Amino acid sequence: MNLLSVSNLNVNFKMKKQELAALIDVSFTLNRGERIAIVGESGAGKSILGFSIVNLISKPGYIKSGSIKLENKELTKMNLRQLQEIRGKRIAMIFQDPMMTLNPVLTIGDQLVETIRSHTKITYKDARNIAIEKLHNVQIASPETRFDQYPHELSGGMRQRVIIASVLLLNPDIIIADEPTTALDVTIQAEILQLLLAICRDNGVALVLISHDLGVVSKVAERTLVMYAGHIVEEGPTLEIINDPQHPYTQGLLNALPQMTLPGQRLNQIQGSMPSLTERPTGCAFHPRCPYATEKCQQEQPSFIHSGVSSVACFLVEDMVNDFANQDEEDR
Amino acid sequence: MATPLIQISGLEKSFSTNESWLGQWCFRQGKLARHKDSVHALNGVNLTINQGETLCVVGETGCGKSTLARAIMGLTQPTAGEIHYLDQRIDQLNDRQRMFFRRRMQMVFQNPYASLNPRMTVYQTLSEPIAFHQPQLSRIEIDEKIETLLASVGISASSSDSYPHEFSGGQRQRISLARALSVEPDFIVADEPLSALDVSVQAQVLNLMIDKQAERNLSYLFITHDLAVVEHFATRVAVMYLGRVCELAPTKELFSSPKHPYTRALLSAIPRLDSTTAQPIRLIGEVPTPIEKPIGCVFQARCPHANQRCYEELPKMLLQSDSSSVACHAIEEGRI
Amino acid sequence: MKYSKKDLIHPIAGSRWNHIWSGFVGDKLAVLALIIFIFYCLVALLAPLVAPFDVNDPAFMDLINSEIAPSWISHDSRFLLGTDAQGRDLLSVILYGTRLSLTIGICAVLIQATLGICIGLMAGYLGGRVDNFLMRCADIQLSFSNMMVAIVFLAIFQSLFGIAMYQQLAMVILILVIGLTEWPLFARTIRASVLAEKQKEYVDAARVMGISSKRIMFRHILPNTLSPVLVIFTVQIANAIVAEAALSFLGLGMPATEPSLGSLISEGFSYMFAGSWWICVIPSATLIILILAMNLLGDWLRDHLNPRTYKD
Repeated sequence: MNLLSVSNLNVNFKMKKQELAALIDVSFTLNRGERIAIVGESGAGKSILGFSIVNLISKPGYIKSGSIKLENKELTKMNLRQLQEIRGKRIAMIFQDPMMTLNPVLTIGDQLVETIRSHTKITYKDARNIAIEKLHNVQIASPETRFDQYPHELSGGMRQRVIIASVLLLNPDIIIADEPTTALDVTIQAEILQLLLAICRDNGVALVLISHDLGVVSKVAERTLVMYAGHIVEEGPTLEIINDPQHPYTQGLLNALPQMTLPGQRLNQIQGSMPSLTERPTGCAFHPRCPYATEKCQQEQPSFIHSGVSSVACFLVEDMVNDFANQDEEDR
Repeated sequence: MATPLIQISGLEKSFSTNESWLGQWCFRQGKLARHKDSVHALNGVNLTINQGETLCVVGETGCGKSTLARAIMGLTQPTAGEIHYLDQRIDQLNDRQRMFFRRRMQMVFQNPYASLNPRMTVYQTLSEPIAFHQPQLSRIEIDEKIETLLASVGISASSSDSYPHEFSGGQRQRISLARALSVEPDFIVADEPLSALDVSVQAQVLNLMIDKQAERNLSYLFITHDLAVVEHFATRVAVMYLGRVCELAPTKELFSSPKHPYTRALLSAIPRLDSTTAQPIRLIGEVPTPIEKPIGCVFQARCPHANQRCYEELPKMLLQSDSSSVACHAIEEGRI
Repeated sequence: MKYSKKDLIHPIAGSRWNHIWSGFVGDKLAVLALIIFIFYCLVALLAPLVAPFDVNDPAFMDLINSEIAPSWISHDSRFLLGTDAQGRDLLSVILYGTRLSLTIGICAVLIQATLGICIGLMAGYLGGRVDNFLMRCADIQLSFSNMMVAIVFLAIFQSLFGIAMYQQLAMVILILVIGLTEWPLFARTIRASVLAEKQKEYVDAARVMGISSKRIMFRHILPNTLSPVLVIFTVQIANAIVAEAALSFLGLGMPATEPSLGSLISEGFSYMFAGSWWICVIPSATLIILILAMNLLGDWLRDHLNPRTYKD
């Protein structure tokens, strides 16, 4: 059974005059211990997806329809107390800015101990020992001194390690990491990614990595979902997506990377930019920027179809798959 | 060889951290004494930029790359060292004397959401520098100029009465570039112009910069932390660490055979699509804040190859066989 | 390379004023406050036209008519809101009083704002010693209660030049006193936003272009710091009117012959418990509604001009 399954999730923003759709029919599953990535540019809805998994979207956003199941518990129908039990204990979140989660006026240690003691009844001393052990696990040198320091005394990379330690305190099944390394330097980023990877492997934790950087994703995730304007447009094994992208958007995104062109040449750019929530185009959301767009793309929303090991929402791929199937039949 | 366009020699800059006069007094060994703390952002940078080339400066947060850009543009006064434009020294000029060089050298900034004045329309943003530097132009000529300028960066001239918030990040960065180009410079400093943009939009802006370079024979000083962009765009690369250049090499040489231990670690840390197995080289600790002026090599504290000499003696930039220069004792001694 | 026509990019969002206006229309309280404020301004401007009596007419003050209750109590159709102790029509006096109070308030705040903006801009942009000096001046000014300064100043003036001279110049002096004591509020706000704006890259961009400090200060930075000023402006007008009313109440404001709302309240207060409550209550209500409207407007502006609340 899947650890987490999201099906036909629709998240809307209720504005004064109109309803804006932020996520449209998003479905995916996550197995125990699996690492998946959600990739997209800003405005694609990837962070909103991360937040809605734990039902943490703030107003005016709300879950319009669809279901989010953790094993067999439906998260969308839970009340606040049940949700709080799930958040932290079963599903934990890591944000881009560690200061979002760390309280600047409390020491690192106090925050960690408080987290443990709010969920389990143990003495301060035991909680302290657990906290120091976890700090040790995330390769923080001399955790005893760090324990008594305030967040501002630590560097950015160190803070992110503390966050990872705090997430580990309650042994969650899923970690959702929203751009965990975007604010860090490359050398630190590499270390944090390795740490995250090692921790997920060692403890059998499933990871949902939200990122805009395909390079980062390729290092960590086994499976990748590509998002564009609130839709998942392509889903498949990470290697497959990077080496053989099917959706024109994924292709464009990969081709736009500087390393895909010879030095000094013009890059292959995608024209235009991501539509904002208010001006979603009809049909396939990518058609105004798509080099292969047909009339059909402007009118109809393509459905998700399997092509090889990936799934893609694109008429172009659909036609190709159908042609293939027809040919198969003719051959027979 | 022709004179380089920009020549920087021995550039140093330190910022005082306790600014207020009262804060500088403190008791030391029973005596009241005045004491200034300062952060050394640049510790003797030597660089040259040739006509028509793109010099990329790479480094992590706090390595002084932005300070370098600001010092070249005259936004901060360097503590020591010289900056030359062709054969004129420009680091000590006052605002009036600098005016000529303002037209020759321009800058594109990192944050497209802050680098355009939110209360000025695109037209006002562009017409101000044009009217200021070319007062002989009539209004119609200015209008024409703005129209061609906007068209050349791919912005519709009909939107020249719009305010910056009406544009997306990529569009704003184009307008920023148009503003820099409006005075027809031959040298542009770009301080992380792509870091706030999405991948697909990054490509658009980078293409525009490549086009403009080909069109006007521009020289760029391109500051970035994105090594993929560097590999694609740079003619030469300077790697900076704690206010010093530790390696300077033509792009191809730098990426095929990085020499300085820091460069190697940096290159190994880029998450690449093509090599999923390579392990990054782990460095000890994190970038320290340069409160004390370093005596030895700036990288000593994190370097796996450091020996006693590295702590005591500043390494010199030495030219290697493949025309790259490296400042490292270990390489000089043949230890790595 | 030139781009062909169809590749040119058009802006994506609507204008900012549209946004503010649509937010304004949606907020009924703000609209109500604005309508009330405009009504007050119109009444103040048109006081000579709308007032049923001419206050400058010698026949206006007639003790025979003193202390007549409002018309819905006394059924005296001549005086809608009744008369005061000197037999003046209360409605006319209030109309003229509003005019005076608003004039004093707006003029005083204009002085505050001009001084405060210039000082704040200089302190924020030039920084260093200039900043230190100007801000210490502001601190000193703030450490005196403005009411105290006004009282001391007005009292000294009255005893030096006599009551007659004071009554002639009362309005100008009140404007100056209230105007000169409250500039630090503007200066501090402006300085804080200048310090924030100065960090932004568009200021660096202007400096790189070689544009002079004066032009950068007034053309580039000032327009971006004006939204908080607008907010304080409305709130300060309310404060200035209250300050003037308080001074008048203490007998240091406008003379009884040229009553502002404050002096009307002060005068009416002595008749409060003698049964003629309307002389005090009606001007008070007028003042309270005006102040409330101004504060509501200020609050609304604070919420909506804040750049964090509209998407940049």
